[in-house]
Amino acid sequence: MSELSVLTVGIRLNGEDREIADDLTVEGLLLSLKLRPALVVVEHNGEILRRERYAEVRIHAGDSLELVHFVGGG
Amino acid sequence: MESLSTPTALAVDDRLVIAGRPLRSRLMVGTGKYRSNAEMVAAIEASGAEVVTVAVRRVDLNRADEEGMLFHLDPGRYLLLPNTAGCYTAAEAVRYARLARAAGFTDWVKLEVIGDAETLLPDVAATIEAARELIADGFNVLAYTNDDLITALRLEDAGCAAVMPLASPIGSGLGLVNPYNVRTIKARLSVPVIVDAGVGTASDAAVTMEQGVDGILMNTALAEAGDPVRMSRAMGLATEAGRLAYLAGRMPRRERAVPSSPLTGMLS
Repeated sequence: MSELSVLTVGIRLNGEDREIADDLTVEGLLLSLKLRPALVVVEHNGEILRRERYAEVRIHAGDSLELVHFVGGG
Repeated sequence: MESLSTPTALAVDDRLVIAGRPLRSRLMVGTGKYRSNAEMVAAIEASGAEVVTVAVRRVDLNRADEEGMLFHLDPGRYLLLPNTAGCYTAAEAVRYARLARAAGFTDWVKLEVIGDAETLLPDVAATIEAARELIADGFNVLAYTNDDLITALRLEDAGCAAVMPLASPIGSGLGLVNPYNVRTIKARLSVPVIVDAGVGTASDAAVTMEQGVDGILMNTALAEAGDPVRMSRAMGLATEAGRLAYLAGRMPRRERAVPSSPLTGMLS
């Protein structure tokens, strides 16, 4: 494997299987998806993640993440 | 013509207060089903509402331009009230409420646990169960419920900040189908009673407020109106008109005419 190849890991993201870059933080994942961390709430392996921790928590193979936000509703 | 975007101010001595917070309107509005976000924002402005409901949903990862409601509505200007719409169990509703609170600007939640997909009527047992759990966890719970006194009393006993009986089913626009039930609930509860769901047009809002309830929450009547901004203004006025009429006290009903002009002094 060349040094330039990017290692990926498989995760479950909003109910779908996804390959993401290895060793990403939650914040890194949100930014790679062009999402503003301030507008998104993250559930990581069933636990709600406090926003202050987005930059420190790393995502591992097999992790499950739910990214939610507010939409129109009554 | 008067500007549609200038709601009348609620009389300061008749403020609705929920969980210790005075609100600038007795009308609460939703954010669903508008044709555009710009129209939604203009309609909310025209309604004069301060409490504005939002739903919690997955970010659509295939639509990068989807910014969510926090991009359109300032939580400093409106009291954004997350709902648990679409939840069918107490556990699910509690999970959605906690996700909403993690957004970091409110510990209020509009609790809604649906019991039936066809009528969208609430599962009142599950609603009471979820209310207890959320209140123990520090939430201010505004609980959507049926127009049933006993459930309303149980929700108040559980510690809900407000109880929200329906006027008629969600999105039906049928108006207030059982004024007696709603009046009974209002007469027996100490916490604010907000009628949530079923209002179709401005007269429905006025009739609902004339029952003496503390406020109304609506969405579809505004979003599906031909002109949502105009209807929102109408609903703001009707809510206030109904409130004033209730406070004023209506004349008695009688089944015979009574003249308004003197019977004496007629020409011979």
